[in-house]
Amino acid sequence: MSQSESAVGQTKHASLGLTDEQVLEMYKLMVTARRYDERCLLLQRAGKIKFHVSGIGQEAAQVGAAFALDRNQDYYLPYYRDYAFVLSVGMTLRELMLCLFSKIDDPNSGGRQMPGHFGSKRLRIVTGSSPVTTQVPHAVGFALAAKMKRKEFVTFVTFGDGSSNQGDFHEGANMAGVHKLPVIFMCENNQYAISVPLHKQVAGRIADRALGYGFPGVAVDGNDPLEVYRVMKEARERAVRGEGPTLVEAVMYRLSPHSTSDEDLAYRTKEEVDANRDKDGIPKFKAYLVECGIWNEELEASMLQEIKAALDDATSFGDKAPFPEPEDILYHVYDGDDAGRGGR
Amino acid sequence: MPKMDYIDAIRLAMKEEMERDEDVFVLGEDVGYKGGVFTTTKGLIDQFGEERVMDTPLAESAIVGAAIGAAMYGMKPIAEMQYSDFMFPATNQIISEAAKIRYRSNNDWNCPLVVRAPMGGGIFGGLYHSQSPESVFFGTPGLKIVAPYTAYDAKGLLKAAVRDPDPVLYFENKKCYKLVNGDVPEGDYIVPIGKSNVLREGDDITVISYSLPLHFIMEAAAELEEEGIHAHVLDLRTLQPLDKDGVLEAARRTGKVLIVHEDNKFGGIGGEVAAIIAEEMLYELDAPVMRLCGPDVPAMPINPPGEKFFMLNKDKVKEAMKRLAVF
Repeated sequence: MSQSESAVGQTKHASLGLTDEQVLEMYKLMVTARRYDERCLLLQRAGKIKFHVSGIGQEAAQVGAAFALDRNQDYYLPYYRDYAFVLSVGMTLRELMLCLFSKIDDPNSGGRQMPGHFGSKRLRIVTGSSPVTTQVPHAVGFALAAKMKRKEFVTFVTFGDGSSNQGDFHEGANMAGVHKLPVIFMCENNQYAISVPLHKQVAGRIADRALGYGFPGVAVDGNDPLEVYRVMKEARERAVRGEGPTLVEAVMYRLSPHSTSDEDLAYRTKEEVDANRDKDGIPKFKAYLVECGIWNEELEASMLQEIKAALDDATSFGDKAPFPEPEDILYHVYDGDDAGRGGR
Repeated sequence: MPKMDYIDAIRLAMKEEMERDEDVFVLGEDVGYKGGVFTTTKGLIDQFGEERVMDTPLAESAIVGAAIGAAMYGMKPIAEMQYSDFMFPATNQIISEAAKIRYRSNNDWNCPLVVRAPMGGGIFGGLYHSQSPESVFFGTPGLKIVAPYTAYDAKGLLKAAVRDPDPVLYFENKKCYKLVNGDVPEGDYIVPIGKSNVLREGDDITVISYSLPLHFIMEAAAELEEEGIHAHVLDLRTLQPLDKDGVLEAARRTGKVLIVHEDNKFGGIGGEVAAIIAEEMLYELDAPVMRLCGPDVPAMPINPPGEKFFMLNKDKVKEAMKRLAVF
């Protein structure tokens, strides 16, 4: 029996309720996010943009999680490495590039925030900031609203392993546990808080922290999108049944430096990074799809070409788009303060 | 017109707003069956239930943070901080989050949040139950800050805060709860945020203040009237956005200005008010701008002589007003 088949001869993804089309879409999103990220690094090194914070190595978990959510009604509070996630819930490459180039039509912030600080009411992506973990109590507040208004939506919030030490994680998780709120906390444990390794941040297991707040915590291989999908699906079902929150710890590795301002070999070795590159979720998922007989090199080549064309288009679109007007910085401090500026 | 205590006016505002709009709810520590440590929310749980009068875990950042989330969804939360001294754990949520949500999302999201916090001393609360925290938040664009003195304003400003589409810090003065009693009309009204109010007209000196010190100022002004000194008294009501026109108009009325607040002088609201006057009308003044404030110490002590020394009172205010009048 091959790895891709269960005992009854069904593929693993079919046994989870995912169609061939869906897993192929997942794969394409993972690769798109990876290529987007690599392009951002290149653009920064070329001096075209100021800054990029990377999510390379975290795409599998983000896509797996997104597919387990109800993308017609759930609310999302992603953190700054979640490019694959926001692509999976509807943000386009053009929109991401507008954000990267800090342009006026950036839907996330109109060119105000650093790239990776997502937000789009249309997509139910809640605006986020740079002080880490502040989004966790916000997610609890959205879940509280769902419960009060008797709505079916679930709230999904992500954060890093470093963030799991912030008071806002613990305060938010506790409140969600007490009130059995429909929220899923996903820690993307990429082993580093900038330069500080996990063992200098956390003495126990991150997933176990949920026990103190009265709800389940599950550690899962973050390089396996189907496993993440499986635990996320269960977490969502618990939330909808009124059984409260779940903490998912997706264990992964940050393959890229923290940001374009970081020299990671000052605190970790090339050997360590290379060893983790071998565990990368993207080639592994490709091998799985090939093994299932639904993917091959010809399809791969054509997909890569398609992604490259879309990225080229988005890059040029973002580059050529206008910046905000200088005086635009004066608006949207309070409601209605732009009334006199001629409807721009 | 019915008269009522300041604290009852606050409670009535919450009750009426919760009756008017089912998205309005209260959350905080001990706000439920206990009705708050000061009884500000007493009885609300009986009318509106546990869900809309929600006792939270003791964790201020989560109280404000969850309220921000609910507000972004479209609810109208009133988050109670038990004492304003205890709102500092929520400062990151207030300054980094609530204040910047509209701005950082380029007007896509907004945060119609109210944070109620009892401020001020004179109740033997010691260092950590007596502080005036407004200067920490003052100067954070994106926030609105109100500090009512009259019972009328306590109700009207809270109703305006609940209906405001942006985050509002509502600093109620705990010493005023039972000390201040006044006319509160039946039925719905609001006091607009951003507008100061002339409490008393006069042509000799202008006194600008907010919150509890106005109680002493009005007593002193009545006594000085008999001595032939006519004070013009302006209640700022809103600290941010500050009513610049109201300040300048009141200052022009007499050309002599005294600014009074319980918060310590250095870095306080008074400095900004004085700077506005200096920038706009320095040569119209007949005396240097005076300030009467709390001393520049970390906070007031619990021992009675020390607390009395820190606090303002009628005599201190009257003396300062007199000095300005004879300048």
